Amino acid sequence: MKKRNIILVCFLLTFVSINAQNLSLSFNHFVNNQALKLDSSIYKNELGQTFTVSKLKYYVSNFHFKAVSGKDLFINETFLIDEDEEGSKKILLSKVPEGNYTSMDFIIGVDSLHNCSGAQSGALDPVNAMFWAWNTGYIFLKLEGRANTSLSPGHFFEYHIGGYKQPTNCIRKVSFDLGKNEKTITKEIKIKVNVLEILKTPNAIDFSKLSSVTDLKNATVIADNYKDMFELMPNEK
Amino acid sequence: MKNKIVYTLFILIAAFALCNSFVIENPYFKITKKDVKLKIPKGFPKPIYSFKKNKLNPDVFVLGRKLFYDNLLSKDNSVSCGTCHQRIAAFAHIDHKLSHGIYAKIGTRNVPALQNLIWKDAYMWDGGVNNLEVQPINPITSPIEMDESLANVVLKLRANKEYVRLFNKAYKDTLINSERMLKALAQFTGLMITSNSKYDKYMRKQDTFSLAEKNGLQLFRAKCATCHKEPLFTDNSYRNNGIKIDTSLNDFGRGKLTEIEKDYKTFKVPGLRNVEMTYPYMHDGRFKKLKDVIEHYSNSANHDERADTLINKVGNLTAQQKKEILSFLLTLTDKEFLYDRRFADPNMLQ
Repeated sequence: MKKRNIILVCFLLTFVSINAQNLSLSFNHFVNNQALKLDSSIYKNELGQTFTVSKLKYYVSNFHFKAVSGKDLFINETFLIDEDEEGSKKILLSKVPEGNYTSMDFIIGVDSLHNCSGAQSGALDPVNAMFWAWNTGYIFLKLEGRANTSLSPGHFFEYHIGGYKQPTNCIRKVSFDLGKNEKTITKEIKIKVNVLEILKTPNAIDFSKLSSVTDLKNATVIADNYKDMFELMPNEK
Repeated sequence: MKNKIVYTLFILIAAFALCNSFVIENPYFKITKKDVKLKIPKGFPKPIYSFKKNKLNPDVFVLGRKLFYDNLLSKDNSVSCGTCHQRIAAFAHIDHKLSHGIYAKIGTRNVPALQNLIWKDAYMWDGGVNNLEVQPINPITSPIEMDESLANVVLKLRANKEYVRLFNKAYKDTLINSERMLKALAQFTGLMITSNSKYDKYMRKQDTFSLAEKNGLQLFRAKCATCHKEPLFTDNSYRNNGIKIDTSLNDFGRGKLTEIEKDYKTFKVPGLRNVEMTYPYMHDGRFKKLKDVIEHYSNSANHDERADTLINKVGNLTAQQKKEILSFLLTLTDKEFLYDRRFADPNMLQ
């Protein structure tokens, strides 16, 4: 009897594992339709000011897939995406059960719980230099570069955006419609990240006026911009 | 003959190994399970910091102690946490107005005492740090304190044989990272609990107060205890205590952090336990003696225009009242805590 139970459990486990898969999400950085190239390519913002990008890092976390069956999938993990780290731009969500999912959402940033949880490791290890020590909290996004119009020394611009408390909460939710006819979730979801959006709407950034955001002051100005930087890319068949 | 040499060599090696193990085990510094048991003092509220995800363990505590007293945490290996947080001063910096750092740099604020930390909801004079575990990142990375990067500290620890041994002993594997380092420090500082002052013993009816101390307690309760709330002697709030801004420091306290108007020129209400030993006083260390502090509160004509209205409760004190309040404050000294061997620097010869 006991043996039969064990066999049954083993059988069920195999069954479950067949029906769960690894889902990868890739983050592809662009400036409008040009692939982002650090330090070399020259881009233009909404005001026609030229700039280069030297750093782009941000957190994405708390993935939620809405299922037709009602069994929504929640993956409460945090990932640090860094343009300079090839491996970081493709993240793996493991054991995603097959199913009919109609939408996906996640947050840009780190939720308030993980901003208050003390010492952490992995993506949330403060050694990743995405952490404010004097006013505890993670930096959700770092965008740095140079613009001739910037009045900062060396014509640098630096946007370090974070803050999990009102009125300077910079956590932004991103949602995508996955299409109703999608039978099962695809193995890879490609996401286009348009860096220009960080400088564009609703707040067109003028480098000569705002070249540095490194604490809560003006942080939401950029956060309101970056919430629109993601869009789904069509899957090649 | 050959046999004899081998035999002697064997004895020598065995003796050496034995001696070595004796050197490490100085009983004064030995930490047992009992030493790291969390005891919530009678009458204290439930702690805010929880050791649930940082399980108290003698080997982790010993690692935390070693880190606390190790200069390795600073960029040029010159200062440790213990440099400015001295046990005899309840882990404040005795007789130092403003914090001292690396390269003989001087900071902008007075070193706060480290005691009863697990009852705090935020750390630093402005409350900028929300969890005990991440507090040490501030002094480590501050250019005027230790001027080191957290990543580099982790590298230094990984390259150090003694730390490899201690991390392994504490966590049962070889991983050394910032999370483990910070959690070990939190065990060491989190257990710095003071609850055996004369005041505590009086409250527990184990000791008696003199008339002056009794009157002082009564005055304190009527005039000071709203902000300096018993039994921790702070209500964990941020207030303007009436001292005028030092224009050479221009420190606007919590306001600078939150950018909220009402927070400008406010600082955390410090707990007053062991206040006898934590001189000088206030966030910028401007008052040398306790009597200067009492004088300040009593002298409302000199208060900052944004002073918290609660300090008016103190009112003009008579000379006798001042003396009585002072004698009460001295009952907050906890010698058992100030000489607690668990928190002694293990590098010091006793």
